[in-house]
Amino acid sequence: MTKEERLKKRHRAEKRFRFYGLTSIFVALLFVVILVQNIFSKGSSAFKKTVITTEVFFDQELLEIQNGASQEEIMEADFYDIMIENLIKAYPAKDREQEDQLLKLFSGDAEIEIKKAFLNDNNLIGKTITLDLTASDDIDQLHKGNYPRDLPEERRRISDFQLVIYDYFVENKKISKNFNNYFFNNGDSRDPELAGIGGALVGSFYSILICLLLAFPVAVLASIYLEEFAPKNKITDFIEININNLAAVPSIVYGLLALQILLATIQLPRSTPLVAGITLALMTLPRIIIPCRASLKAVPPSIREGALAVGASKFQSVFHHVVPLALPGTLSGTIIGLAQALGETAPLILIGMVAFVVDIPSSPVDPSSSLPVQVYLWSESAERGFVEKTSATIMMLLTFLIVMNFVAVYLRQKFEKRWN
Amino acid sequence: MNFVLLFLITIFSLSLFFYGRSKTKSISIEKNIRLNALPKFYGYYLVLWCSIPALVFLLVWSLFEPVIIKSIIIETAANQGAIFSDKNEANLIYEKIKAIHLGTYFGDIDSILKESALAYAKFINLFTNSKVVLIFGIIIASVIYSLKKIKNNNKARDDVEVILKGLLFVSSLIAILTTLGIIFSLLFESIKFFSVINVFDYLFGTNWSPQRAFVRDASSITAAEFEELKDAFGFIPLIAGTSFIAFIAMLVAVPIGLFSGIYMAEYASIKVRRISKPIIEILAGIPTVVYGFFAALTVGPFFRQVGENLGLTVSSESALAAGLIMGIMIIPYVSSLSDDVINSVPQSLRDGSYAVGATKSETIKQVVIPAALPGIIGSVLLAVSRAIGETMIVVMAAGLAANLTINPLESTTTITTQIVMILVGDQEFDSPKTQSAFALGLTLFIATLILNYIAQRAVKKYREKYD
Repeated sequence: MTKEERLKKRHRAEKRFRFYGLTSIFVALLFVVILVQNIFSKGSSAFKKTVITTEVFFDQELLEIQNGASQEEIMEADFYDIMIENLIKAYPAKDREQEDQLLKLFSGDAEIEIKKAFLNDNNLIGKTITLDLTASDDIDQLHKGNYPRDLPEERRRISDFQLVIYDYFVENKKISKNFNNYFFNNGDSRDPELAGIGGALVGSFYSILICLLLAFPVAVLASIYLEEFAPKNKITDFIEININNLAAVPSIVYGLLALQILLATIQLPRSTPLVAGITLALMTLPRIIIPCRASLKAVPPSIREGALAVGASKFQSVFHHVVPLALPGTLSGTIIGLAQALGETAPLILIGMVAFVVDIPSSPVDPSSSLPVQVYLWSESAERGFVEKTSATIMMLLTFLIVMNFVAVYLRQKFEKRWN
Repeated sequence: MNFVLLFLITIFSLSLFFYGRSKTKSISIEKNIRLNALPKFYGYYLVLWCSIPALVFLLVWSLFEPVIIKSIIIETAANQGAIFSDKNEANLIYEKIKAIHLGTYFGDIDSILKESALAYAKFINLFTNSKVVLIFGIIIASVIYSLKKIKNNNKARDDVEVILKGLLFVSSLIAILTTLGIIFSLLFESIKFFSVINVFDYLFGTNWSPQRAFVRDASSITAAEFEELKDAFGFIPLIAGTSFIAFIAMLVAVPIGLFSGIYMAEYASIKVRRISKPIIEILAGIPTVVYGFFAALTVGPFFRQVGENLGLTVSSESALAAGLIMGIMIIPYVSSLSDDVINSVPQSLRDGSYAVGATKSETIKQVVIPAALPGIIGSVLLAVSRAIGETMIVVMAAGLAANLTINPLESTTTITTQIVMILVGDQEFDSPKTQSAFALGLTLFIATLILNYIAQRAVKKYREKYD
C-alpha cells in the first residue's frame, strides 16, 4: 500500500466516523418526530365528538311534569320514555329488534342530554326541538374513519343494519362532528364517548400543588443550609451523598415507601391527591435541591463579602442578597422538578390511584386519578375509542410539560445574571 | 379542628409580632436604653416561639392519634366480645365503628358495634379536648418564656438566627429521613417475607409464581403449604428478564447515545448543537407512560406483524419492543453525560495528537475516548440503573409471566413489573405475596444504589484527574 492509498483510506475512515455520528443524531431526532407524530395523528380526533341531529318532541303524556316545572322537579323526572319515543323516530325501523339496534347508536347519556335541554328551557312541553345527541363510541369511531367497515359482520362491533342506518344519517346530513366538551368536563367512564379527563386534570392539579407546597420550601431551605451554613464535616457529607443517591432511586421505590408509611402506618386515605402530592414531594425534593444548590453556588462570593463588610449578619447577607440573586435558577429548577413529577406514574399506581373514579374530586382528600395514570388506565382498555382518548390525554400532558419547560427556560434566560 | 387550631396559631403569632415590636419600642423610649436588636426582631422572636413548638406538637399528635385510637378501639371491641381472627377483620370492624360514628353506616348494628361506636365517640372527644388543652398550654408556656426574654432586652436577632438556622438544618435532614423511611419500610416487610421464605430459595429459585401463594396468614403455615411456597418465589427469572430487557435497551442506547455525544462534542457547529441537543433531551422529558403506550400499541403490534410476514412467532409483548423503546428513552442520558465527559478532556491532548499527524477521528478513537473512558463507563452505568428501575414501559409493554428465555421475540417479565402487578388493586397485608413486592423493592434499591455509587465514583475520579 502506497502512502497515498493509506492516506485515502484514513480519510475515508474519517468520513465514515463523521457519518456514524451524524446518523445517530438523526436517528434520535427521528424517534422524537415519529413518537410525536404517532400520538398526534391518533389523538387529535378525540377533541371532536360525533353527534346525531335528532328531533325531540316533548310529549305531555310521557312526562309527569308540567311546563314551568322547577329545577328539582325536572331533575327527579323520568325522561326515559321521551328519549325512547324520539330516538326510534330517527330512522324508520321495522321491528323491536331493529329499534334496539337503532338505540345503540346513541350514547348512554342521551336521556341526560334531553333532560339538560329541558332544564335550559322549561316551556318545551308540546314543542319539538332539534338536539345534537352524542353518538355511541362505535358510530363515533366509524364516522372518524378509525374503524374498518369492510370486516365481516361477525368480527365487527357494528351490525350490517346499523351501517345502513349510519349511511342513511350521512345521506340526510344528520350526523356531524362537534367540539368534544365531555372530554374536558367529564370524569372517567366505561363508555369511551362519555369518558373525560376532567377528574384527572383536577387530581393532577391538586397533587402538583401539594408537591409544590411541600417540596419547594424544604428544598430551598435545605439547599441554603448546605450551600451557605453547613460546616464541612461528616454529617454534611453524609447529607450530600444521601441527596445524590435519592435523586437516582427508581420512582417505584417511593411508591413502596408511600404504601408502607403513608397508607399503612399513618393511614392517610388511599387513592387521594394528598398522598400522591406527599409521595411526589419526597421524590422531587432531591431533584430540586440539586439545581437550587447550583444556582446558589453560582452567586459570586463578592456579593456575600460586600454585605458582610457593611455590617450585615451572615443571615442578612444570605437572605437579603444571595437568595434573591439565586431565585431565577431556583424557580426554574423547581418547575422542571414539578414537570417530572407531573409525568410520574409508577408510585401513583402503587398508592391506589388506579381506582375507577367517576366523580371529579372536590378536595385533595377525595379519591381521584391523575393525567399519567389515566393514560395507563385507558391504554389497558379494549375499546377502540379509548385509543384516541389516551393519545389526546398524552397530548394534553405533553402540552403542560412543554409549557412548564418553556417557563423554566424563560425565567432562567430573562432574570438570571451572568457573573464573569 | 386542626384547621381551627392552625388558624388560631397564625392569629396569635401575628398579633404577637406587632405586640413584641411595639412593646420593645416603648421600653426603649421609656427607660431610655438602646435595644440589642431592631424592634422587628423581637416580633420575629415571639412569632417563632409561639408557633414552632405548637406546630410541632400538633403534627406529632396528628400522626399518632389515629393509630392509638385504632388500637384502643380494637381492644375495647375485643373486650366487648367481638371476634376477629386476623388483622384484616379487625380493620374491617374498626372501619365499621368509624362509619357508625360518622352516620354513614347502613348495615346491621349489633350491640358490640354500638357499644364500640360509643366508646369511639368518647375517645375521639377525649383526644380532641386534650389536644386543644395541651396546645394552648404549650403556647402559653412558650409565650411567657419568650416575653420574659424580650423584657430583659435579649439579643433577639442572634436568637432568631439560631432558631432559623435550626430550621434550615432540619429541612436538610428530611433527605436523610426519606432514605431512612425507604430503608425501614422495605426492610420491615422484607424481614417478614424472609421469615417465611428462605433467602437462598428466593435468590436462587428458578420459578416465580406468587399467585400460588394464596396463604392469608403467614404465621400459621402447614408443611404442605410451605413446600408450595418454597418454590413460588424464585428471583432468577426476574433478574434474568430485567437484565435481558436492560441489555437490549443498552444495545440501542449506547451506540446511538455515544456517537451523538461524540458528534456534539467534537464535530457539531455551535448552531447544530444548540438546536439538536435540546431536541434529543426532549426524549428524557417525555413521561415514561407515554413510551409505554407507544410500545404497547404501536411498536409491539408492528413487530408482531413483521414477524408474521417473515414467518416468525413474535409475542406482542416481546422483550424486543420493550427494550427498544426503553433504549430510546435512555439515549439522552448517555449522550448528554458522554458529551460533558468528552468536553472536559483537555484540549492539549487533542493538540498533541494532531501535531503528530492524526486525523480527527483517529484522535477521538485513540486519544479522547481512552482518556474519557472512566467517565463514559460511569455514564453507561447510570443509564443501566435507569433501565432496571424503569417501570411504566415494562408494565405496559413487557409480559407478566416469568419466562426464563433469551429469545428477544418472546415475552419476559421484570422486577418492577412484578412489584406493580402484586400491589395493584386490593392487597392483603401480612401475606407472603404482598411482602414479596417489598423484598423485590429492596433488591432493586440495593442494585441501583450499588450501580449509582460505582458510576458516581467513576465520574468524580475522572473529573478530578483533569480539573
